[in-house]
Amino acid sequence: MTETDAAETDAPPPSLTALFLAFLTIGLTSFGGGLSGWIHRDFVGRRRWISEADFTSGLALAQAMPGVNVVNLSIWVGFALRGSRGALLAVTGVLAAPLVAIILIGVVYGRYGGLSGVHAVLAGVTAAAIGLTLTLGWRTARRAARDRTSLSLLLATFATVGLLHWPMLPVVAVLVPLSLLLAFRRGLR
Amino acid sequence: MRDSPLLALLVTFAPLSLASIGGGLSILSDIQHQSVDVHHWLTQAQFLDDFGISRAAPGPSSLIVTLIGYQVAGWAGAIVASIAIFLPSSVLVYGLARIWRRYRGAPWQAKIERGLAPIAAGLILAGALNVLRTAEGGWLAWAVAAGSTLLLLRHRALSPFVLLGAGAAIFAVANLV
Repeated sequence: MTETDAAETDAPPPSLTALFLAFLTIGLTSFGGGLSGWIHRDFVGRRRWISEADFTSGLALAQAMPGVNVVNLSIWVGFALRGSRGALLAVTGVLAAPLVAIILIGVVYGRYGGLSGVHAVLAGVTAAAIGLTLTLGWRTARRAARDRTSLSLLLATFATVGLLHWPMLPVVAVLVPLSLLLAFRRGLR
Repeated sequence: MRDSPLLALLVTFAPLSLASIGGGLSILSDIQHQSVDVHHWLTQAQFLDDFGISRAAPGPSSLIVTLIGYQVAGWAGAIVASIAIFLPSSVLVYGLARIWRRYRGAPWQAKIERGLAPIAAGLILAGALNVLRTAEGGWLAWAVAAGSTLLLLRHRALSPFVLLGAGAAIFAVANLV
């Protein structure tokens, strides 16, 4: 595991068991969405397994690739920490509990129908969980907006997809190549 | 073999795995079209119920296909549908992760990361806003989300559990009033 970049981290890479259990816990407790926010808070903030910079690039690539963001991110983080077996355990861990849970909830729901009290509680959990996503968005945005060009691209993405409700795919198809082109032309400072 | 529901689940959902750029919600209307209109696995009302469950349950909302798979062919259906929706895209990401590590530290890598970062951040914030807009509870949902965000930003060690519990309690009380 010497390949693992430990630049901003102060913890040794986790054991495979610890890695699996960490992802299992995230999958099990991630009611209301915001899973990427959970992973960020747990892995970067609390356990210090992965640096903020490595997480951010993993997140950006996880979003650019097809598939569910959090599944992609789990594979990325699992691989960065413990190679191929880490990737496999991460994705299995993060999906195992939700996979069983959704079927159980589906069966119970089908039998008893909607209970309005339960419904309200889940809506409250969802609202609070949006805070996790917003926190992650804020932290990522602060790191990403290093200059005026980056900030403009960030705001353009947010405004078109978030405020104007333009379909995401064409927006991304235009802005990603543009942003990459600008990044390559600017060079690195 | 042509009539096998497991095979039908596999060939229906596997292509959607690679089409789901920008998160699971981007393929939701395709999942709906295939399950309701093409294969008649569910009625429209059942699909909406499943969608509500997938939003409320832990985990990504793409797990709606797991639930549909279960309803079509039991546990085997659930597993086949899950593999179909998650495996193809996962293999792709795994391949990219391997390439990324091999060329670790190359200048082009830093530039790609730098170019993608603002778009990624913009999409995360836009996604949060869109979820908030469709969230139940109106202004209360906005208030809870805002409060939760501020607390999480201020207190790095704060467990999100506390906030999720508080959000649930606030909504439960509001529901009774």
